[in-house]
Amino acid sequence: MATITIDHLVSWLEAFRGKVADQASYLTELDSAIGDADHGTNMARGMTAVMGKLSDKPEAVDAYGKTVGMTLVSSVGGTSGPLYGTFFLRLGAAAGAVAELEAGEFAAALRAGFEGLLARGKAEPGDKTMVDAMGPALDALDAALADGADLAHAAASARDAAAAGRDATEPLVARKGRASYLGERSAGHIDPGAASTAMLFEALAEVLEGALGA
Amino acid sequence: MKKLINAPENVLADALRGIELAHPELRVDHTNRVIYRATPKDHGTVGLISGGGSGHEPLHGGFVGFGMLDAACAGEVFTSPTPDQMQAATTEVDRGAGVLHIVKNYTGDVMNFEMAAELAAMEGGIEVRSIVVNDDVAVEDSLYTAGRRGVGLTVLLEKIVGAAAEQGRSLDEVAAVADLVNEAGRSMGMALTSCTVPSAGKPTFDLPDDEMEIGIGIHGEPGRRRVPLASAKEIAEQLVEPILADLDLGSAPGIVMLNGMGGTPLIELYVMYGEVAAILEKHGITVARSLVGNYITSLDMAGCSVTVLRANDELLSLWDAPVETPGLRWGQ
Repeated sequence: MATITIDHLVSWLEAFRGKVADQASYLTELDSAIGDADHGTNMARGMTAVMGKLSDKPEAVDAYGKTVGMTLVSSVGGTSGPLYGTFFLRLGAAAGAVAELEAGEFAAALRAGFEGLLARGKAEPGDKTMVDAMGPALDALDAALADGADLAHAAASARDAAAAGRDATEPLVARKGRASYLGERSAGHIDPGAASTAMLFEALAEVLEGALGA
Repeated sequence: MKKLINAPENVLADALRGIELAHPELRVDHTNRVIYRATPKDHGTVGLISGGGSGHEPLHGGFVGFGMLDAACAGEVFTSPTPDQMQAATTEVDRGAGVLHIVKNYTGDVMNFEMAAELAAMEGGIEVRSIVVNDDVAVEDSLYTAGRRGVGLTVLLEKIVGAAAEQGRSLDEVAAVADLVNEAGRSMGMALTSCTVPSAGKPTFDLPDDEMEIGIGIHGEPGRRRVPLASAKEIAEQLVEPILADLDLGSAPGIVMLNGMGGTPLIELYVMYGEVAAILEKHGITVARSLVGNYITSLDMAGCSVTVLRANDELLSLWDAPVETPGLRWGQ
């Protein structure tokens, strides 16, 4: 049975950092349509800080989650800092002081992170937020694993569901965050938080396909 | 983009250095990006902290000093500061009587100050309260949004609550004054142009020469209505009427602020104030105190906002109390 190691978890975030850095201006452009034009730069800055901290490799997943979460909270700011930060803090706390996670344990840790994010942001599905990408992604991951898929294939399903969730935010009217002040005018734009969340799952699928795939 | 900067990523750090050099009465913690009074308040007084994204200067750092804030946490431009900054500031300004966090109602600011309060509670020892300022009448459907935004009233609240804290009132009393001000004040803003965030390098939104945006916030987020450009008198009506529709002053005196968004000359702000004052007079409202200038800005945005606070003798006396900060200074 394939397991997720700290190395995989670190590679995941290195791939995520690469994506938000490469596409920082795309994320910022999405944000300038319905927000305050800083999502790309903030995420790129935060993930660079995270990778700096992770160069001193944590020994267990809880320490990994704490390092990543606190670094995001302190370096990203805005709403993305507390939301992504809470996600990784809870993910680490749920996984505990272990160096490896089996597929089901990893899925449960992701789910715990998501629950934390929901509690922090108080957003519901359909509010046009990152929840609309992450919720479907985790549902797809759980469903694929339940069907007996391996983690690499399950991550690919999660990636596709996150991308579909991201695209589905376009017609929605925002009900949370700064975009909500636009009312109907927020419709017709992809939510930047959902877009960066889709990148998080693209990165996960890439790393797991490379490491665990056929 | 034409700006007086060295590099977009260094704007905040460079500005904090300038603030420190320009104002010896302030002290800057460059690591945590917190602006403090150089001389702390007396033991037993309530500490007042505010903070938020940068780009609204003089708010908040320019309101640190005697009679107003004890510390201001500076975030990146238009980005909330972070819980670790707020926690450092909370510990530093606590004089044994607790600390009040003054938070503008934006999702990011609220979440970060909430995490800071949780961290402070975990460490224990310091009693922290918060006031979330939400005075923007431009937000009509507050049930379906993140609620009314915190805008101009924040300036008036920091002044009035600062005076109460300076007098040595308890945390309960100081928080009660904050609640009172927040309930009795409303604002409405408009923009003639967008602003340009240094890291983005171009205007946040496009606004044709013959149009204006009514009901803007302070972050370059577009407002609720885009309408044809009008005269100062008509613009004043579009700003003041929604405020008065939402706030009953009765026979109470008002404290009124006509605030510039950063890119509008003072002469135009006075033109606007003249129109605002005329409308208020027509409604039978006595303006007891007024403030005209750039106090809560949105980088280089052209435009203005109006804030009306329903006052009473106590609020007026707190307003008149001495203040000595880079942004407001009188009565010492």
